[in-house]
Amino acid sequence: MHVKKRLQRCNFAYFATSLSAVSLILVSVVLTCSQPANALPAFARKYGLRCSACHESWPMLNYFGQKFKDNGYQLMNDRDAPIWQNPGYWPVTFRITPIWHRVSTGKVEIDTYSGGVVSGSSLQRVTSSGFDLSGLDFHTGGTLEKNFSFYVLPSSDATASFHFETVMARLDNLWGSPWLNVKLGKFELDNLLSEKRILTLTGNGGIYQLYHFIPVGDGNIFGQMGDNQLGVEVLGHSFDDRTRYSAALLSSNDGQVGLSYGNAYTGFFAASQAFDAGRAGVQRIGFYAMAGEAPTTWLTQGGILFQGANGTGPSAIGNKTFSREGFVGQFYFGPHVDLTVVTQHGEDSAWFGQGYGDLIDGIATANNTTGTTLPAGARNPTWNGVLFEPHYVYSPQLIFIGRYETIRMSQQANGPGSALPSASNLGNISTYTIGYRYNPFMTSRAGFAWHNEYNWLHQDGTAPDGSNINTSELLIGFDFDF
Amino acid sequence: MRTRLRKWSLWLGAAAFLTLPLASWAQLSTFDIETRIGAESHVGNITGHAKDAKADYRRYCVGCHGVLGDGNGENFPWVDPKPRDFQLGVFKCRSTPTGTLPTDEDLFDTIARGMDRSNMPQWSTFTKQERADLVAWVKHFSPRWANEKPGAPITIPPEPEVTPERIKAGRDVFARVQCWKCHGVQGMANGPSAATLTDDQGRPIQPFNFTEGARPKCGDTDRDLYRIFMTGLDGTPMPSFADNIKPDEAWDLVFYLRTFMRQHSKEKELAKQLGLKPVDPNAPAPAASGQQ
Ligand code: HEC
Ligand code: HEC
Repeated sequence: MHVKKRLQRCNFAYFATSLSAVSLILVSVVLTCSQPANALPAFARKYGLRCSACHESWPMLNYFGQKFKDNGYQLMNDRDAPIWQNPGYWPVTFRITPIWHRVSTGKVEIDTYSGGVVSGSSLQRVTSSGFDLSGLDFHTGGTLEKNFSFYVLPSSDATASFHFETVMARLDNLWGSPWLNVKLGKFELDNLLSEKRILTLTGNGGIYQLYHFIPVGDGNIFGQMGDNQLGVEVLGHSFDDRTRYSAALLSSNDGQVGLSYGNAYTGFFAASQAFDAGRAGVQRIGFYAMAGEAPTTWLTQGGILFQGANGTGPSAIGNKTFSREGFVGQFYFGPHVDLTVVTQHGEDSAWFGQGYGDLIDGIATANNTTGTTLPAGARNPTWNGVLFEPHYVYSPQLIFIGRYETIRMSQQANGPGSALPSASNLGNISTYTIGYRYNPFMTSRAGFAWHNEYNWLHQDGTAPDGSNINTSELLIGFDFDF
Repeated sequence: MRTRLRKWSLWLGAAAFLTLPLASWAQLSTFDIETRIGAESHVGNITGHAKDAKADYRRYCVGCHGVLGDGNGENFPWVDPKPRDFQLGVFKCRSTPTGTLPTDEDLFDTIARGMDRSNMPQWSTFTKQERADLVAWVKHFSPRWANEKPGAPITIPPEPEVTPERIKAGRDVFARVQCWKCHGVQGMANGPSAATLTDDQGRPIQPFNFTEGARPKCGDTDRDLYRIFMTGLDGTPMPSFADNIKPDEAWDLVFYLRTFMRQHSKEKELAKQLGLKPVDPNAPAPAASGQQ
């Protein structure tokens, strides 16, 4: 009996096979069979599930994890209410990542000196490397009662300065139907390819460029699908989650608290359908559409932005429109290989294109006050983008990640009729990321990944001299949660 | 000094001798399981292969059911009821008579349905092929499948119309075969035997409480209820009543069980109109309608 127990606890066969595959790159990782002690990720220990049950590779969800999330972090087995947990259970998970990284940015304008005084400037590549930390994520979530769920995520930057990344409560399975759930608060948009569960960590590779793209000179920060937004969402799905939809009404403030951004709203709608494909797995295709209005006019008082009481200033008006829409496909080719594809067509009003928009954050360069007119040749900036993210899942403990994204302007804000027409490729982005995550153990208690990643990003025409910029980053770290 | 040494070496020798077979038994059982990796399942026109479920089992199931399928995964100490030991080849949810193996369809359905009031999730996210492969994988842990065929599924006659008479008749069946001894006269899992029940592993087990709004583990349609008490939940004290209840009476009993359940139903309404009283445990057992 003892032998049998040992065999299970410390499965050398599993280790040996994964080890042989990664030994070349993982020379420095010490493999031990020790179980991690006491600290526990909230959901895994609540339900006794391994990370791998819900995560293709933590933190990215697989279909089972998506279903669990869609059910309001419930397994729907009549043991979801907190009353079934030992009173000592506390649904909290910490995540932080100590790293070493090297960032190299091309064409930075740097002062040149002669005789100890600034004599001019030149474009230089700046490369820095060193040990560093990510911020700390403080995930707490689960159920308050059966069919009442919540998620609160105070998140800090690397200096422990906190903000609320997610705060939401959800009413689940209204009238007993999985088709009707409502959530209110600040939450991630229903992106099938979730940026909050991204498998990569570098500055440019740790986000999806597609979810944050802003044309050069554009003042609209409000169309960033990758940022958690404040609003209300109605969502639903079939019993087995093959069919799912969501519709959200959001404040156009890019998730920032206070009422400074006035009275503008954005809608986000997403739907998807999954299909059985035998041993290849469940395939899913869907689409999303985001359409909204956001302010371009800001009240001023004595020439500076009006500050109302209780964070209600500067009360923007002059709303202009923007939209983002695209398709999403998640394709599986058996248990080891999968590919996610996301497309986007984006459009901003010509006003945003001319630099009107968010004056609070300072991205906008002008205030759309009474009598302002658009310059000649001003057009709605539009663009198209696509993202491919293939994975090779060697085992639940080892995943290889690749990503290629490209975004091309299809219409610049400053057209041929303008005083200074933009080059047609100004602001185009191409970026790729490669990496792997290796989890030396896989249990129901804690997660630990040895992470290694390289990102390269190219943008057209944004160097100070109008040429292209290349930026790269190499990152190695321990990503863990407990 | 010498004698002590000899004594010690004797003890050591004896200990080694005794543990050796234990160790080799564990080896053998892994080996045994490996030999059955060719196991198949047949669900509709899909053939499942055990070997193709290996990755899914490791990803999704092993933390509870264990590498050897013996229910001894790392979560064993924390989970109640305990994860099933597949090596025993004993299953609760069957369409087949008590004591027999379930059909492949039974396991196929169970995996997607999950087991309510336990940590066994609803694995409805697999494709049918993947799920059929998992059925074959579950089977390959037990030698029973190599030597026995699954039982023949019981025949369930078409469901009759619900009538007040049938509900009353169902109440009589409930009284006669003494479901209440475990489940209580109002289905609240508080019958006189309830507190003493243990499963085949000697672990305490609760009868099903009909009034809480929970779903039965083996399905909550009328046909599922019929099947549950006509085949029993093997490995638990919940017996099969196939020998005591006739098919037509079984439907009456299904209707009566519905009157306990929290979910709204026609039966519940009719019972209210009838002013139906719970069975009296002290009354003489009602005669079976034309039985024996
Ligand atoms: C979180 C723990 C857990 C995981 C993970 C889990 N199970 Fe279970 N499983 C259980 C428990 C507990 C039971 C016993 C429930 C009971 O007896 O009421 C069970 C029972 C079963 C049964 C027996 C059903 C019967 O009729 O008696 C099957 C078959 C089964 N599981 C298959 C699977 C498969 C296949 C997977 C992976 C896809 C899986 N389980 C994953 C906990 C788990
Ligand atoms: C000896 C005690 C005993 C008797 C008698 C008994 N039961 Fe049960 N019954 C149980 C236990 C224990 C369970 C719970 C099994 C489990 O959860 O695994 C159960 C469960 C059930 C369930 C739920 C099964 C599921 O899928 O979750 C139903 C329905 C049921 N019994 C009906 C009946 C009916 C109808 C009768 C009489 C014809 C009856 N029982 C007689 C002990 C008993």
